[in-house]
Amino acid sequence: MFTDIVSWVAVAITLISSASIIMMRDWRLSLGALAVQYIAVFWLVSRHFPFAMSSVKLITGWMVIAILGITRMTQTDLETAADTTYPRGAAFQIALMGIVALIAVGAAPRIENAIPGLGLPVITGGVLLIGAGMVHLGITSDLLRVILGLLTMLSGFEILYAAVESAILVTGLLAVVNLGLGILGSYLLMAGSIPFTSPEEEEL
Amino acid sequence: MSAPILWIALPLIAGGLILVILGERYSAYVGGALAAILALLAVFIPIDTALLIGSVSIKISPAIEFFGRSFELNTADGSLLAIIYGLSALWFFGTEASGTAHRFVSLGLMIVALLTASIAVEPFLYAALLLVMAAMLVVPLLVPLYQRPGRGVVRFIIYQTFAMPFILFSGWMLAGVEASPGDLNTTLQSGVMLSMGFAFLFGIFPLYNWIPQLMEEASPYATGFLLWALPTFTVIFALGFLDRYAWLQNTPQIANAILFGGVMMTATAGFLGALQRHLGRILGYAAIAETGLLLAVLGLKSVEIINVVFLILIPRGFELSIWALALSIIKRKAYPLKFSDVQGLARKYPVATGALIIAHLSMAGFPLLGGFPPRLALWQELSVVSTAASFWIFFGLTGVLVSAIRSLAALVMANEDTSWEWNESWVQTAMLVIGVLGLFFLGIFPQALQPFLSSLPALFEHLAQ
Repeated sequence: MFTDIVSWVAVAITLISSASIIMMRDWRLSLGALAVQYIAVFWLVSRHFPFAMSSVKLITGWMVIAILGITRMTQTDLETAADTTYPRGAAFQIALMGIVALIAVGAAPRIENAIPGLGLPVITGGVLLIGAGMVHLGITSDLLRVILGLLTMLSGFEILYAAVESAILVTGLLAVVNLGLGILGSYLLMAGSIPFTSPEEEEL
Repeated sequence: MSAPILWIALPLIAGGLILVILGERYSAYVGGALAAILALLAVFIPIDTALLIGSVSIKISPAIEFFGRSFELNTADGSLLAIIYGLSALWFFGTEASGTAHRFVSLGLMIVALLTASIAVEPFLYAALLLVMAAMLVVPLLVPLYQRPGRGVVRFIIYQTFAMPFILFSGWMLAGVEASPGDLNTTLQSGVMLSMGFAFLFGIFPLYNWIPQLMEEASPYATGFLLWALPTFTVIFALGFLDRYAWLQNTPQIANAILFGGVMMTATAGFLGALQRHLGRILGYAAIAETGLLLAVLGLKSVEIINVVFLILIPRGFELSIWALALSIIKRKAYPLKFSDVQGLARKYPVATGALIIAHLSMAGFPLLGGFPPRLALWQELSVVSTAASFWIFFGLTGVLVSAIRSLAALVMANEDTSWEWNESWVQTAMLVIGVLGLFFLGIFPQALQPFLSSLPALFEHLAQ
């Protein structure tokens, strides 16, 4: 009973944190929300995984946040890509997240029927994050936000996949994919900020 | 020594060492030589068979355990490894001529190693994870640190990442379908999931929009390598699915959907390619059209699937490497490769222009070139199944041919008083001429591939029956 309550609290945290990532303009707050989101992901994954393997998700997630945060911090004059092609108001974003939440709550019992044993909070949390990630990817072209959207979507998938596949190799490879996304995001954020040097100049 | 260590761990480590230790000058030769040696080893040393050399007995064991799962390369994988590493050697040697050796060879070796791991991993579903990791390693090749990333590369990352969850989930669901074959709901759901995953991986219409964008933004040689490597291993992965779950191919709706997806890709890419005025985008559309052909083959219910697939894949490696190399050479003079920029360049870069057009014609299926025999084999199989599909594939390939003629027209459109020059270096000329000769050889003597093709059906036992 207690674990169920905590699981639903974790689902609420995923909803609030993913909505915050979409709505907040400040990259520090977005990364902070992602860090909190990983705690909820850790809890939901631990419903089906042993503690040690669930903590891999948490540690990997925080490492990715550290990589992205350090990179972004070093870029004082970085221009944020202007997302001008969609309605940017808070009401629109809340409405989008409301739709995602409704879909997640509506779909969870049906998925539970199709795949018994996953648990409603796990399904709701997973679907919620997948939806939030896809919504985020749909409304942004800013590089950091694209990476945050992908990480959110992957977190949702990992919650659901942990319930059906517990191989260590998969957990390890998924951690590498998450870290890879973080490093890739960091690389792409830095790209363009380093001046071109020809091979002849490098040799000198 | 085990096969996964030799063909996966060794190139992975070598790639890392080349990145750290070697400079640009030697990396092409070292990486190319390593790939060539690995290809030769795959040809001459059979896996899991004791070989007596003098008094020394050598045996390459087929499998290695890693985190509770195994990586396995069997005797039948030998030909496949020879093809993969042989073509990789061609790409790596070409980096010297294209001027992109820096990072290309090291990352390229790591990418090929990861993609080889995707063939070897058991259960084979985990290949989806290795494919996405390989896709991530491609990005530093596409976006140098001094260049801002464009939209194409961002879309590429998004689509490749999207593919992985769909495929992993579908694999899990397919296991459920096997347990209860009568459950139509699960069958439908798993089929949709699998289709979505492969749609993202292959870049099925309209999900291929990142390819032409990338061809404009990034180095043609790096993008060409990406367009060779990822679809090649995705096709092998898809063949694994069709082989493992035979009912996928036997379900008419799924087989038709695969065929339709392939025909759509070829027809639309051929048509759109014919309208382009940028040499890089034309290459992108031609590569999409050929990926469509591969997909169309997968949709056929024929025992010849494997032969036709590899008959397409081998010349594809030659075509794309020559074409991308020629574009890299021309791009140094005519950035950003629009028709207006390259006008008349045939007189300044005759070898590069000739190689580009020949590779392009080969991809259109021009007789006597490497692309012709596989297209003939495809039509032979396809005409039995659907005349409409044959027509639309013909339509797409006609589009590729039209774009070849338009490119040729733009490249030779020089003033009459412009003198002929030879601006390619000896290395560039040698690489292009060898590649072109290879295309003619494959076109005139396709039976030369028979020793490689004969053992490949053993990899996919159910498909070959």
